Amino acid sequence: MGRQIRFLLGDEERCLEGNAPSQTVLRYLRESERLTGTKEGCAEGDCGACTVVLGEPDGKGGMAYRAVNSCIQCMPGLHGRQLLAVEHVKGPDGGLHPVQRALVDHHGSQCGFCTPGFVMQLYAAWLTGEAKTRGALKDWLAGNLCRCTGYGPIVEAGLEALGEGGHGRGGEAETARRLAALDNGAMLRLSGRDAEGREQRFFAPRSLEELAVTYWGYPNAVLVAGATDVGLWITKEHRHLPVVIDITRVPELAQMKESETRLELGATVSLARAAERLFAIHEDLGELMRRFASVQIRNCGTVGGNVANASPIGDLPPAFIALGAELVLRRREETRRVELEDYFLDYGRQDRAAGEFVEKVVVKKLGPASRFGAYKLSKRFDQDISAVMGAFRVEVEGENITAARLAFGGMAATPKRAKAAEAALIGQPFAEATFRRAGQALCHDFSPIDDMRASARYRLLAAENLLMRFFLANAPTRQGGGVPLRLSELA
Amino acid sequence: MDENLIQDRGVAGTVRPGRAGRAWQGGEAEAAIRGGVAAARAHDSAEKHVTGAAHYVDDLPELPGTLHLFVATSARAHARIKGMDLEEVRKAPGVVCVLAAPDIPGENDASPVYGDDPVFAEKVVEFRGQSLFAVAAETEALARAAAERAVVDYEDLPAILTVEAALEAGADLLPPHEMRLGDARAAIEEAPHRLAGEIAIGGQDHFYLEGQIACAPPGEDGDMTVYASTQHPSEVQHNVAKVLGLADHAVTVKVRRMGGAFGGKESQPALLAAIAALAAAKTGRPAKLRLDRDDDMVMTGKRHDFLIGYEAGFDGEGKIAGAVFEQAARCGYSADLSGAIADRAMFHADNAYALNNADIRSRRLKTHTVSNTAFRGFGGPQGMLATERVIDRIAFALGKDPLDIRKANFYPAAGGALTPYHMEVTDSVIAEMVEELEESAGYRARRQAVRDFNRASPVLKKGIALTPVKFGISFTTTHLNQAGALVHVYKDGSVALNHGGTEMGQGLFVKVAQVVAEEFQIDAQKVKITATDTAKVPNTSATAASSGSDMNGMAAQAAARTIKERLVEFAAEAWKVPTDQVVFLPNRVRIGNEELSFAELVGEAYLARVSLSATGFYATPGLHYDRETGRGRPFFYFAYGAACSEVAIDTLTGEHRTLRVDILHEVGRSLNPAVDMGQIEGGFIQGMGWLTSEELWWDADGALRTHSPSTYKIPTANDRPDDMRMAIWQRGDNRVPTIHRSKAVGEPPLMLAMSVFSALADAVSAAADYRAFPDLDAPATPERVLFAVEEARRRAEGASR
Repeated sequence: MGRQIRFLLGDEERCLEGNAPSQTVLRYLRESERLTGTKEGCAEGDCGACTVVLGEPDGKGGMAYRAVNSCIQCMPGLHGRQLLAVEHVKGPDGGLHPVQRALVDHHGSQCGFCTPGFVMQLYAAWLTGEAKTRGALKDWLAGNLCRCTGYGPIVEAGLEALGEGGHGRGGEAETARRLAALDNGAMLRLSGRDAEGREQRFFAPRSLEELAVTYWGYPNAVLVAGATDVGLWITKEHRHLPVVIDITRVPELAQMKESETRLELGATVSLARAAERLFAIHEDLGELMRRFASVQIRNCGTVGGNVANASPIGDLPPAFIALGAELVLRRREETRRVELEDYFLDYGRQDRAAGEFVEKVVVKKLGPASRFGAYKLSKRFDQDISAVMGAFRVEVEGENITAARLAFGGMAATPKRAKAAEAALIGQPFAEATFRRAGQALCHDFSPIDDMRASARYRLLAAENLLMRFFLANAPTRQGGGVPLRLSELA
Repeated sequence: MDENLIQDRGVAGTVRPGRAGRAWQGGEAEAAIRGGVAAARAHDSAEKHVTGAAHYVDDLPELPGTLHLFVATSARAHARIKGMDLEEVRKAPGVVCVLAAPDIPGENDASPVYGDDPVFAEKVVEFRGQSLFAVAAETEALARAAAERAVVDYEDLPAILTVEAALEAGADLLPPHEMRLGDARAAIEEAPHRLAGEIAIGGQDHFYLEGQIACAPPGEDGDMTVYASTQHPSEVQHNVAKVLGLADHAVTVKVRRMGGAFGGKESQPALLAAIAALAAAKTGRPAKLRLDRDDDMVMTGKRHDFLIGYEAGFDGEGKIAGAVFEQAARCGYSADLSGAIADRAMFHADNAYALNNADIRSRRLKTHTVSNTAFRGFGGPQGMLATERVIDRIAFALGKDPLDIRKANFYPAAGGALTPYHMEVTDSVIAEMVEELEESAGYRARRQAVRDFNRASPVLKKGIALTPVKFGISFTTTHLNQAGALVHVYKDGSVALNHGGTEMGQGLFVKVAQVVAEEFQIDAQKVKITATDTAKVPNTSATAASSGSDMNGMAAQAAARTIKERLVEFAAEAWKVPTDQVVFLPNRVRIGNEELSFAELVGEAYLARVSLSATGFYATPGLHYDRETGRGRPFFYFAYGAACSEVAIDTLTGEHRTLRVDILHEVGRSLNPAVDMGQIEGGFIQGMGWLTSEELWWDADGALRTHSPSTYKIPTANDRPDDMRMAIWQRGDNRVPTIHRSKAVGEPPLMLAMSVFSALADAVSAAADYRAFPDLDAPATPERVLFAVEEARRRAEGASR
């Protein structure tokens, strides 16, 4: 049984006991270690100033590194891992690392406050070999905000420093070995007091069985995976979380399985890992994942989390509902299956009993007769929450539509199908007039709200137009190219 | 015994005229110093930035016993405080003291000018987020938790939340103001063509990455030191003294650097500093107040949103005969700097155009929202955007290329034309620059290509625009145009530089160090940059109005010159040569036929008891402005620039992208082209954010709902077009004697982004086959673009029936 958080800070071993399970990695670095290079810009994983790199054994004798937002990652997540902050990044001679050198040479810092975050985000790419092209690098950096430079110098510095990438940190095998020795594989059980002195208990079960039993024992516990939402309950809402169960160390939940017709995504499969499989189903899903929050968030956030928290503006649920998806829920020994669209009962209310958790999502793949589109609308192209998200799957036989699943986010209190619009499609020819009628039917399906992301009027009009975009993108006349339909198609 | 050795003076102590003076021995004589004026030197803290070694206020080691503060704020937009029970707050765990209005020994005010920004609200609250009381506790979490226990009893009062509502209510916070040139009304009426319209222009949050923070360790005698993240240390000093009931000399404010500011740390930091100092004074313990992102965005002021009505009369060539602008600014609940900001919007209602007859009217409106404040451009951008709208509409009305209308109205290079405030524009280079950019950007051919694309593209539409910038440089409040510096030369020839300017990332410190290095002809690395400190240089103006390097550069140069003159005088006397035979060469000094290193000469001067420390002072000459008559010369000179942007919109969703940007910007003779390019690109992208994705959204109760980056969207790396071609105008110069004939660069580039907005309007117009001119307001979010498309199409259809 593990009662200590054991990890490597840089290359130094740390063994913590009694720390609040909800203490964030950022607070720990700045306050306990007095390593103040890592900055708090927003405390919600949206600005990247707090970016650090987490390493863990890759199971092949080496290390796997990823960038994360330290402001919303909690300390137990470090157990058995290596934490690298800007202070741990150095060149071979102990001077500036190539990433740091390039940033200086290209005038990539002005006020400098966001800079350590950029250094770490670039360093992660330098280690892993990601972000090799200009386009990929800009996507890679979209979770790091800079208010001074306009980004050009940072991108240039990155292109120069990363080169072919995949440089590794050196001594990976030794690091992996040391980390393996720090983690005895037992369930982590921690307790402590949070920043306001409130008692907290924390469990990190190591198998599906352990999770089922632990959750049954604490049915009111908060389940946490990537902490990209729960982290904000701590930093923004200052909520008391008396019992937390971390499900990310349950191997069964991290599995992906695929057949000809189905894709199964375990609840803790990260958005980053899921992206490639989803892209293989349809390029629009790849584009959706590219714009889904940031690299740092996608490295932590999970498929199960995006579905289970049932936000009306989560981006995966509409896509999954349109494809057709089932949730596999488990409580102790029992499992049951529920259609994803039936899981969302109302705002903040889901079809999930106490002690029951999402084990996996099973998604139906597209067939030869399927037409599919997934479109996200937001104020900013990258790393923004949808004002409207539309995902459409239509089966076409001959000229006629035989089945339709039109799902929307941002249009109602839950992700929801547009049944009236679907009815206007089914049995009709795949033609502009059909989609116009379906668009006009949307007002029977939805009465969206005005908020800071968009007005109700915009939501309804844009949703209607997304159906038109879907038609145009799949219109018979469109086959083999034609004029660009989407901004991403412009050079 | 050799007294010189006792004093550990090193080599210089052995140098005597005619004895040890010698030809330069350090190898080849250096041709130039490293890091002098015009060198593309890196930011002085660049290496510290990338290693995380640069200290911001929150990174300073905390003294034992440091208290952490949380400020509790109003939950109502406008209400009478009937009661505030803080008993339970005081009893909460970890709480050391609770501070409210009655605890203030001095004045309950942290305002810059008007005395209307209470540190803690009394009797009435006037916006959601107004400071009510503060809790000092052992940790920030405990302070925040304790504040939850307060019971505040409000009696709601009617709240005015928007410019429109304030106009309707006649809620003027400050008196209206007017500038007149000729008879605009008559000119419009007599003109062959006329148009009128209105544009709403949104505000902007600064979104500096480092939030507001102040830390106050108390000293003896009730003195107070405050480490603050502020562009205006002297104002923070004065406000802290005012609140504590102390003289200014009892308070010292220090600022090494800020993590961005953009105007948001000009007047806003005073409140935090005052509260931290108050807690420190009450408890005798150091006290730190750091706002988290949400509190920062809710509690601190932003760029003013404006509603601007316009009328213009023009001839068939688009030449403007006269124009009237009615500018209405949302100031928020208090005056802050709104008077000067609204003035600057008026000063820029002409942008780069001779309006000939103009009537600029300004209303400064009170709303029950946060008090708006300085933001890069200081009202100028809003004034200019409306002008560009007028130009675009004239072009549409005449069926001409907007660029031709712009060119027809530029202030002539030869001078002779007056601004609406009766200042003759004598340095206009805009026509020449625009000509050059038009050519290098291939504007005409691309405009045709855009139209060709649009004809074949039903869903996506492109737009292109080339817009100018003319921006007046100087504080329009004349007395603020002064700066001081302090330069020490140490016995070893190293130099310490201090001045009243603050470093917020803009590269001021490195530029001023380059000026001093140039003056002494020593490598820039020999000039130590030190934190801004009110105990070193007093009575400073804010580092604002783009004036930082202009003014502090001049003051530092003056200080260095004073020392240099003393060295020259000393050398001439000691070496018995005329002063013109003492010449500062790179890292050395030639005296008659001898050469010494700079350090050697300094060592000699020290032994000869020459003062090696001096202050420098600068007051911008020739400025005057009579606000009563609206006439004068408020600006020392103008800075110019131009940008051409090409955009595309999706007419189904209103989404848009900027595809290519060409910029030609003028900085006079650059002090540091690398730093200047950084300001140009950064300013442009920040301006683009203001005009596209950055939207402030308040709900019906006056609560700001866009108070963190999850809802308030500044540009990311992906919003920057790959194709950005930026250049500093090579023929740039300054006709007035600024520091090395450079020009200010902090604010002007922000307004280059107006080209994106005009290009978006062009694309929207294309969606209606150029048959209607769109009423596009700012920011041009996808929603506004889509609605503008719909509306333009409706009007185009109406027109064709």
